[in-house]
Amino acid sequence: MADYSSLDIRQRSASTDQPPAIRSHMEVAKLIDVSKCIGCKACQAACEEWNDLRDDIGVNTGVYDNPHDLTPKSWTLMRFAEYENEGTGNLEWLIRKDGCMHCTDPGCLKACPSPGAIIQYANGIVDFVEENCIGCGYCVKGCPFNIPRISEKDHKAYKCTLCSDRVAVGQAPACAKACPTGAIMFGTKAAMTEQAHDRVEDLKSRGFATAGLYDPAGVGGTHVMYVLHHADKPGLYSGLPTDPKISPLIAFWKGGAKVFGLATMGFAAVAGFFHYITAGPNEVEAQEEEEALEIDEAAKEATRRGGGAEARPQ
Amino acid sequence: MTIHTDVRDGEVRPLHELRTETPKVLLVPRYTGVQRVNHWITAILFTVLTLSGLAMFTPFLFFLTGLFGGGQATRAIHPWFGVALIVSFGLLFVRFWRLNLPNRDDVAWSMRIKDVVTNREDRLPELGKYNAGQKGVFWGQTALIAIMFVTGLVIWDQYFYQYTAIETKRWAVLAHSLAAVIAIAIIVVHIYAGIWIRGTGRAMVRGTVTGGWAYRHHRKWLRQITRAKGTAEGPGTGAAPTEMRRN
Repeated sequence: MADYSSLDIRQRSASTDQPPAIRSHMEVAKLIDVSKCIGCKACQAACEEWNDLRDDIGVNTGVYDNPHDLTPKSWTLMRFAEYENEGTGNLEWLIRKDGCMHCTDPGCLKACPSPGAIIQYANGIVDFVEENCIGCGYCVKGCPFNIPRISEKDHKAYKCTLCSDRVAVGQAPACAKACPTGAIMFGTKAAMTEQAHDRVEDLKSRGFATAGLYDPAGVGGTHVMYVLHHADKPGLYSGLPTDPKISPLIAFWKGGAKVFGLATMGFAAVAGFFHYITAGPNEVEAQEEEEALEIDEAAKEATRRGGGAEARPQ
Repeated sequence: MTIHTDVRDGEVRPLHELRTETPKVLLVPRYTGVQRVNHWITAILFTVLTLSGLAMFTPFLFFLTGLFGGGQATRAIHPWFGVALIVSFGLLFVRFWRLNLPNRDDVAWSMRIKDVVTNREDRLPELGKYNAGQKGVFWGQTALIAIMFVTGLVIWDQYFYQYTAIETKRWAVLAHSLAAVIAIAIIVVHIYAGIWIRGTGRAMVRGTVTGGWAYRHHRKWLRQITRAKGTAEGPGTGAAPTEMRRN
């Protein structure tokens, strides 16, 4: 019997240890149906409540977004976008619940230098283990979705855990539990994908010809997926990336550059050793000491004779 | 002078011929005390920056964070070492940049790099205080430390997070790493050169080199400094002359 609440680890940052692999796991997913979202922010409240977070009171920037960005204490956020659909002449209010996408190939985990500060459970959840976090901010650079936030209070990284503690005991994440319209659903990735296809079909039958599932392949798929009415233009939803993937800069930094770096430094040391045992040390000969004394004597002699006037150094 | 003896057969007898008269050696001042202190502070800072930086560069070397009180402490202190280095290296730069300006001898020296590495000093041109290799270390470190300082500020999230975009930080963290490994490789060569070229270490430890060392590696500089000393011995100048020593 497969089990999706296991806490077996599939990937661990900065570690080469073999993870436990004898159990088979079902991957979980959260499906956010943007077409059903009414923007009530119950998910935000539930997230704060379950995770025992109270964000600081911020400022109103003239839009509904509150707070106006993700913070170390706000792990999910409703982003409101107004879109004038030229095809239909409608003004559409596109509300997207932003937060960690729990990538199959997580850029944060790839970038993290601290062993065990970021782990990916076998069920697909990517979790930050703050006690191992050193606060370097590499995860921020690794993330293709701009999700992790470093706290100024403790200099540690925070983000959505997909309520890994709730999932581990068979509960749905707090946001999914609180959603009054069923826009946030939770289950196995297979079940959520199937559910999404039903929803997409329904949306298409109602005039949203480009409706689709957002499960970007560039990061190996995600464990938070969206049903979008305009899946061809994810950017409409407050800048959701069209084809997110780990930045080639980060991939090179954590791949080729590491190999190049260790090879370069190692080569310099090894080359030195072999040079020494072949060419040998470069030693001053006794005769050269005598030559130097002669030059010194000659210079003194010149000074005595010419008063040093023409013997100044160039 | 230590007499090495062979005591296996119970007799005490010298293993090599003893000179009855030890040779006179000219000692040439190369670095002042202040210059040496400046150099070694820079060297110590470079070492701790290398250790703390490599700890965050690859998981294989993460254990080095233990030297600095753990991962968080390493992350916090590494940039401050960098700030200290930029000050210390900046002073070195001001002291030495003029002496490291390239000249025609550097071209000739570089063309004969094969003779350099095979210890054929006799085929090289007479050189001033620094050869092209030493100048390469100087300018290489100058450029790389400048790059590391600027990119280091970009990725110093604790104080400068809000001033740059994430994409900029990605470029910075990559450039910082690449500059660091090249700088470390250069320093490995720099240290090795100090081991390979015998008699070099005393320049940075005692401040002087022997006349023979100067004659062999920096003859033009030796000629300059002996002539300068000659003039300096005139009345009233008070400048320190080269000293003589008996080995």
